[in-house]
Amino acid sequence: MGLSSNNRNLLSKMATNDGHGENSPYFDGWKAYDSNPFHPTNNPHGVIQMGLAENQLCFDLIEEWLKGHPEASICTSEGVDEFKETALFQDYHGLAAFRNAVAKFMGRVRGNKVTFDPDNIVMSGGATGAAETISFCLADPGDAFLVPSPYYPGFDRDFCWRTGVQLVPVVRESSNNFTLTITALEAAYKKAQYAGLKVKGVLINNPSNPLGTTLNRETLRSIVRFINEKSIHLVSDEIYAATVFSQPDFVSISEILEEEVDCNKNLVHILYSLSKDMGLPGFRVGIIYSYNKEVVSCARKMSSFGLVSTQTQHLIASMLSDNDFVERYIAESAKRLALRHTTITRGLAQFGIGSLKSNAGLFFWMDLRKLMKEPTFEEEMKLWRVIINEVKLNVSPGSSFHCSEPGWFRVCFANMDNETVEVALRRIRTFVLQSKEAETPVKTHRWRNNLRLSFSSLRCEESMMTPRVLTPHSPIPHSPLVRAV
Amino acid sequence: MTIEIEQHSVQLSSIAVSDTHGEDSPYFAGWKAYDEDPYNESNNPSGVIQMGLAENQVSFDLLEKYVEQHSEASDWGKKNGISTFRENALFQDYHGLETFRKAMASFMEKIRGGRAKFDPARVVLTAGATAANELLTFILANPGDALLIPTPYYPGFDRDLRWRTGVKIVPVHCDSTTDFRITPQALEEAYNKAQAQNIKVRGVLMTNPSNPLGAAIEQSVLEEILDFVTRKNIHLISDEIYSGSVFSSNEFVSVAEILHARNYKDAERVHIVYSLSKDLGLPGFRVGTIYSYNDKVVTTARRMSSFSLVSSQTQHLLASMLSDTKFTENYIKTNRERLRKRNDFIIEGLRKCGIECLKGNAGLFCWMNLSPFLDAPTREGELSIWNSFLHEVKLNISPGSSCHCSEPGWFRVCFANMSQQTLEVALKRIHDFMEKRRMQRCPLSSN
Repeated sequence: MGLSSNNRNLLSKMATNDGHGENSPYFDGWKAYDSNPFHPTNNPHGVIQMGLAENQLCFDLIEEWLKGHPEASICTSEGVDEFKETALFQDYHGLAAFRNAVAKFMGRVRGNKVTFDPDNIVMSGGATGAAETISFCLADPGDAFLVPSPYYPGFDRDFCWRTGVQLVPVVRESSNNFTLTITALEAAYKKAQYAGLKVKGVLINNPSNPLGTTLNRETLRSIVRFINEKSIHLVSDEIYAATVFSQPDFVSISEILEEEVDCNKNLVHILYSLSKDMGLPGFRVGIIYSYNKEVVSCARKMSSFGLVSTQTQHLIASMLSDNDFVERYIAESAKRLALRHTTITRGLAQFGIGSLKSNAGLFFWMDLRKLMKEPTFEEEMKLWRVIINEVKLNVSPGSSFHCSEPGWFRVCFANMDNETVEVALRRIRTFVLQSKEAETPVKTHRWRNNLRLSFSSLRCEESMMTPRVLTPHSPIPHSPLVRAV
Repeated sequence: MTIEIEQHSVQLSSIAVSDTHGEDSPYFAGWKAYDEDPYNESNNPSGVIQMGLAENQVSFDLLEKYVEQHSEASDWGKKNGISTFRENALFQDYHGLETFRKAMASFMEKIRGGRAKFDPARVVLTAGATAANELLTFILANPGDALLIPTPYYPGFDRDLRWRTGVKIVPVHCDSTTDFRITPQALEEAYNKAQAQNIKVRGVLMTNPSNPLGAAIEQSVLEEILDFVTRKNIHLISDEIYSGSVFSSNEFVSVAEILHARNYKDAERVHIVYSLSKDLGLPGFRVGTIYSYNDKVVTTARRMSSFSLVSSQTQHLLASMLSDTKFTENYIKTNRERLRKRNDFIIEGLRKCGIECLKGNAGLFCWMNLSPFLDAPTREGELSIWNSFLHEVKLNISPGSSCHCSEPGWFRVCFANMSQQTLEVALKRIHDFMEKRRMQRCPLSSN
């Protein structure tokens, strides 16, 4: 057919470039999982999904609440009176009750140390939509944001794809536990300038995905000083704010703003969502909170492209205005995350596998540098394929997070039940013991014998790097950026 | 002592400071007047009646009844031991719930009386048609390129298609001499005008049935448009958001039917936009869809939909509702009938006031002709009478100029977003206004 032969010319550049981010090798772990997903009874030898940052630990609390509050749904006999009004409401300000409840919730999550003004709350299509919208509001095509690495791969798509904006990484190194230093920030800023890029702001993710750590007060203060000096924006993605499960306490940028009188508040914007803290990614509840009225106004107009369904706004407004429920939920969620985190990191430590000390998130940052023959990204990829194909765990290689050093992997732990955690730990133990037996850190020759897929490493690179063709006829329900991840 | 810190205003993006969001047009000023003094039958009977909002409120009883009688649409039980709530709340796959996609495809088929088939695998879900139209524009055109759009058109397109995309709109002028029909000459003229300015045209976007005309595009015209885009090797976007609001099923021809008749030759340049905001009256739920015959567009649109997915909670409810054949068939039929009655009522009512409308057969509004009553056949003349309608008659209607109509004097008047009683009040006010006007201008006339 005529059109398909010159599709390349007939679709936009944006449609035909790789900005969607789905062509990274990151996806092959998903392929392995999709074609052979673990199930405790039906497929006990399948691949365990540890590459998905979902929070599945507290659904019982939410379900219990829903059962007790049928009026929160506009479809029950208790709630149907509000069906029509809710279904018709498409004002981009959002339901007042929704904004009020979200503002209150955000305050609670920060231990009530700060309050949020409901008038500055803007909806978006999940955090994915929030990130893109803030990028559209603050930067022009070709402008740049500085972002500390390693960072969530979705930022490349969210901040850059349709906006034409660029991300410049600020390197964080293992030598100081991946702490963000002002030296590194200054270096990245200079590097961007030499490259002729206009830096419009700094993007931080606090708590951090993939590190699972929070930024301390001093670092946050330095960042605030930095952006004020340079007169650039600060976007703080605090999507994991309520997943902080141990000390140190979470310090939000909002707290710093209350203390730092010298800060130009117009430069600071917070991204939030209920996808991680409450485990409701399907509901697409994204939030932009800005201290800049102009940004609030602009983002609100743009929110027309990604409003939250009023059916969902109604439910969330009801749930989050229940103070008792919210208090209980936040406390219980932190407790369960702490327990899960301890179980898995202690389990790994017993086999000599270390991880970055962390206090937040739905994952931890695993250190497998010792298992690599050489400290290269090629070795990291090799090791990763072994973990997927032999150990049968889908974990995420540090390179997909733009980590500057090879050997680190993000491992998710909140998207499975306790039994699955045990199975995963058992498999890792077996793997580590087998490694020790062979004396050399990674016995590539031995693994080659065991690999069911035998190939030369070069050919392997090629097949793994082939852009996956996602046609409408082969839906891949669980692939990574298929979800906003 | 407080130290004054000079607050440098750090520049926002060019998009942020532009006014392409369109909120400064008269279209919105009418809203302000309504917001400040909204009509209410009991509390504020002399307030402004909102006739500028294309909402469908005539069939809510059917929806409410369905919801009350089908608790499974919103119940959260267990399936295979797993809580369905958990499964639904976690579901963020941009393919969307399969049950919902199937239900959507089937609903679209029913609206077209089964004359077209829709493959659920080609249904891409977006948060409303607003997102769908912007998304398609990002995919089909580069910044600086243009889409041809027949006038008059929905004012929201100026924002949706241009604001963040940097794409231009080149109007295809249609006027009353041809009942605002889209002609091949008008298409060619617009295309050539763009070429002369070195602007690359990427496609034609038509709304069928038309907003604001309230009329379905004739089959012969659709054929001509399809031939035009094929000749020029460009895309065709058919926004069929009002397809379920055609008063009589056999008066609407979808581009899908034409493609079917042509054996889907060259179908890859065609993309249909749909939404449940108008036909089902659920704008708050943000349910839009792109149906494309182009595989690459489907794939890319799906990826881009990540920025505006439909809430899985809403997908779950609507999957249930729209797969209920008995419900959908009854809804479509009843909704049509009620809209037709409303339309007949207002047309007749306006006629009695001496006001004619374009012959329409669809939509939630009629296209009213006040050009005989303008002081001057200009935009100023149109805005002047619009102001009178807003401040004297206390009706917010939409001036044709906000829809880029090339002829002054036409107005879009919505009739489905209010009760029958309110509509009667509105007509009475118009009648009184026209009477008064006639008296003022021809005090001795006896009509």
